Amino acid sequence: MSEKSTKGIWKIITASSLGTMIEWYDFYIFGSLAVVLSTKFFPTDNPTAAFLSTLATFAAGFVVRPFGALFFGRLGDLIGRKYTFMVTLLIMGGATFLIGCIPSYQTIGYLAPLLVLLLRLLQGLALGGEYGGAATYVAEHAPKNQKGYWTSWIQITATAGLFLSLLVILLTKGLLSKEAFEEWGWRVPFWISIFMVIISYVIRKNMDESPAFAKAKTEGKTSLNPLKESFNNRLNLKFILLALFGATMGQGVVWYTGQFYAMSFMKTVQNIDSSQVDTLLVIALLLGTPFFVLFGWLSDKIGRKAIMMTGLLLAVFLYRPIYREMYLLTDAKTMKESGNSLVSDGCKVIDSPVASILTESDKADPSIKNSKVFIVTKMDSLFSSGAIFHYTKTDTLFLDKALAFDLNINAKKEVWLKYDAKNSNGDFIHTSVKLKNSLKAGDTPAGVDTIHCGSLRQFADGKSIHKSHEFGKSKIANLIVTKNITSNVKWYLVFLVFIQVLFVTMVYGPIAAFLVEMFPVKIRYTSMSLPYHVGNGIFGGLLPAISTYFVTTAKNVGNPEFYLEGLWDPIGIAAVCFIIGMIYIDRKINTLHD
Amino acid sequence: MNTLKKYLGIVWILLAMAISYYFIGIFGSKLTSGKQDDLVFGIIIFFILLPLIVTGLTIFGWYALTDEYED
Repeated sequence: MSEKSTKGIWKIITASSLGTMIEWYDFYIFGSLAVVLSTKFFPTDNPTAAFLSTLATFAAGFVVRPFGALFFGRLGDLIGRKYTFMVTLLIMGGATFLIGCIPSYQTIGYLAPLLVLLLRLLQGLALGGEYGGAATYVAEHAPKNQKGYWTSWIQITATAGLFLSLLVILLTKGLLSKEAFEEWGWRVPFWISIFMVIISYVIRKNMDESPAFAKAKTEGKTSLNPLKESFNNRLNLKFILLALFGATMGQGVVWYTGQFYAMSFMKTVQNIDSSQVDTLLVIALLLGTPFFVLFGWLSDKIGRKAIMMTGLLLAVFLYRPIYREMYLLTDAKTMKESGNSLVSDGCKVIDSPVASILTESDKADPSIKNSKVFIVTKMDSLFSSGAIFHYTKTDTLFLDKALAFDLNINAKKEVWLKYDAKNSNGDFIHTSVKLKNSLKAGDTPAGVDTIHCGSLRQFADGKSIHKSHEFGKSKIANLIVTKNITSNVKWYLVFLVFIQVLFVTMVYGPIAAFLVEMFPVKIRYTSMSLPYHVGNGIFGGLLPAISTYFVTTAKNVGNPEFYLEGLWDPIGIAAVCFIIGMIYIDRKINTLHD
Repeated sequence: MNTLKKYLGIVWILLAMAISYYFIGIFGSKLTSGKQDDLVFGIIIFFILLPLIVTGLTIFGWYALTDEYED
């Protein structure tokens, strides 16, 4: 390759990659901020349900990707790659910016989640059109025996977009107070997108059409009906199916396991502090990213199939050991067994107000029946290694006649709720909570002096210290654990996530070149986009929701290894994909349309 | 290898059927639980993922069985 043409292709790579990276950034901002978005846009008192609603919207964004692939793929094969992926860039940027401008549910009611859903669908459509265009455009500029290397730069953009989204969120969180971020700061990453899109649009505007498409157009060899030619032609349809079941389906689940399920697992199953997870993920992604290019380049030398299939096989066999190791690193029981003793085994109340009272009557009468008291207790558990687990436990006490006996008003007119609780030795100890002077619906007490409580182990096991309470019926309403991990654990987790990112680079690095080479120029955009987005959007995009469902179900039935159950989805799909790929993909498949 | 490719076609068709049975058994309750989140999840599984896997794998298996993937 001459120096001039190398310079030319670098210009093309930069312009294409920048735009595609921004589109991925736009797309992932939504997923990375799923937890805060759920509290802003989805009307429910249950945070888990709210989070699942967001995941569902997330899935909606993925599910429409194949439709975007069809719509914009057709356009790309009819009018050209360049104009099509400029349109997708503008749609994506506009939708992202507008999500950041939507008032919350509290302000405009149901219109808020509806608008978010519509804009999310637009994002999915745009992304469906973008990737195929960029990959095709770069591949059609690259020399025949270097397509793997040059298209691997486009492959980096998906991870780079995720990396950028996490980085922008971390920076925004770092610059703003927690309250400011939760109130309006979460909108900043959405607003930033519009500037990046404008820059990318200007760069792309000055690019030329792909030489292969321009030649086909000049010779009148472009397709008149790309959809019909792609899916009504048995010869082409068999390759679309082979691309899906023998490559992109497995690649999609490996991608989403390594980069999204790993994040979701650490945040919601291991309960590690969200910022710590984001940081360690950023490091793992940064370390793994160069391997996209390495495996893309290697695929030009030894073939795409060998690398992709090795990545799938490693994922199938190593996911369970990796995730078991991840979970045990932050499991309190395992930590104690491995000599990491609990320094502070008591319960230290660290915040106030920590209790609120709600009665079913307006009467300010402490002896009223059928009242409910919510006691929110915040505690820390410190390990010798330096790890700190934060517990926020909400107990609901249903007051009955007997428990009313425990409500006392002293000489200072302070109301005390007194009850007994079991400590770690099983003995009953006296417990007092000071409540507000008057008892009426919605009251929040001024604070609590002391809560003596039992072993943290009981909380970690989800058992109530009030279970054997003698005076009133009670139950645990909620227990939220947030774990601050030590530096050693953090680096080990970085390593374990990095291994998963390596699998991602093996299956994803060569796949753009693999798909482009499978289909002829005139229907390439349409034909390669569909299996890519079905594999990634549907098989991959639905993975976090399906895996979370498996984990929750296993946890509810008391499966001791519940945390590994979510892996059956990626392992099963990757295994089937490996078998199909090994048997049906011919190594000469990339020379079909030379 | 061509014989293996051909007869594995039957396996892919059977796998498509087994997946339908499994999905209905596992996720069927999602459509009738009455919860909004379950309904969204169920709709995505039953009306997008399941038809895609079943139709796609069946056609793929049929093509394999009719020697479309022969070398």
